[in-house]
Amino acid sequence: MVIMSRSTSKFDTKKVNSELVTLTYGALVAQMVKDLENTDDVSKQLERLGYNMGIRLIEDFLAKTNTGRCFDLKDTADKIQTAFKMYLGVQPNVSNWSAAGDEFSFILDSNPLTDLVELPDDLKSLKYCNLICGAIRGALEMVQLDVQSWIVQDQLKGDQNTEIRVKFIRRLEDAMPAGEE
Amino acid sequence: MSLNKNRSILDKPLSRGKGEVSLSCFALLFSEVVQYCQNKSQTVPELQTRLHDLGQTVGVKLIDLYFVRERNGKREIKLLNILLFVKSTLWKALFGREADKLEHSNDDENTYYLMEKDPLVNKFISVPKDKSSLNCAVFIAGIIEAVLTGTGFSAKVTAHWHKGTTYMVKFDEAVIARDKQLEER
Repeated sequence: MVIMSRSTSKFDTKKVNSELVTLTYGALVAQMVKDLENTDDVSKQLERLGYNMGIRLIEDFLAKTNTGRCFDLKDTADKIQTAFKMYLGVQPNVSNWSAAGDEFSFILDSNPLTDLVELPDDLKSLKYCNLICGAIRGALEMVQLDVQSWIVQDQLKGDQNTEIRVKFIRRLEDAMPAGEE
Repeated sequence: MSLNKNRSILDKPLSRGKGEVSLSCFALLFSEVVQYCQNKSQTVPELQTRLHDLGQTVGVKLIDLYFVRERNGKREIKLLNILLFVKSTLWKALFGREADKLEHSNDDENTYYLMEKDPLVNKFISVPKDKSSLNCAVFIAGIIEAVLTGTGFSAKVTAHWHKGTTYMVKFDEAVIARDKQLEER
């Protein structure tokens, strides 16, 4: 019998250098800032890109982890935590549960997306990590969970940690194929 | 301005660059990059130019990062050495292995070829039939061009479908002439 460790190396995912991802993402964001006048539009589009990635990442996640349905939102949070480790190589803490148990946060003390990144003063309102929020929303939508996700604290703006909030909205009854709305 | 609150990125130690992210994550991100560029372009050459430009943005940043980390801040002055730097150091750091081959053109002394059978960025891309000339590795060509040009070896770098992907590096006359002078001394 093989005893599996808690580490996610058992999922045998292929890796790439994180700086390649950091800089590729940085180049894309910089290009968007040039293309779009409004910083809020950039943030929105980043969320959208993340969503597109999320709806496909979930397949990858389910295939590699062989995971089943979640029992409750706590279970979901734990699984997303695993996904963070698998895909970004960082393990966030799950905390700040709301009293009703329908909202929680991921607290990241480091984040490969923001290594080497510094926001200039005129872009302080940019939600640079919105990609992650979008990915969470997209991935969960594919397993019939409608959630909202947003950034509460941001290391790029001088906060100690990056905090990503997730709020459960409702269960989706009909699973629509990706791209049809 | 309080000093503590505004610790800039330069106050932090440089990471060792050993961090890893899953390949799926990069592949999907790159797919979004390509789609973003495609939505902004009418033609294949336009799309390639956009990818090339994004690659250059990445390349410019890599110069300082890798020369400080891997070479103690010492830059190259010889043409062959900078090409080897790209083939070995840069490739290893970015893609985990050296590029497959580096060749000098027989017909044109200003031209070098860097070959890679299976570039990381093309791994999950299937090129549609009507866009068969599209090679998304122009993104990497952009990175190479920025690194060479930014270190004083002005060149144009393009990506072609030949033995996998071949990056054609065409140096400016002046660069080749200067290199010859260096050799004569």
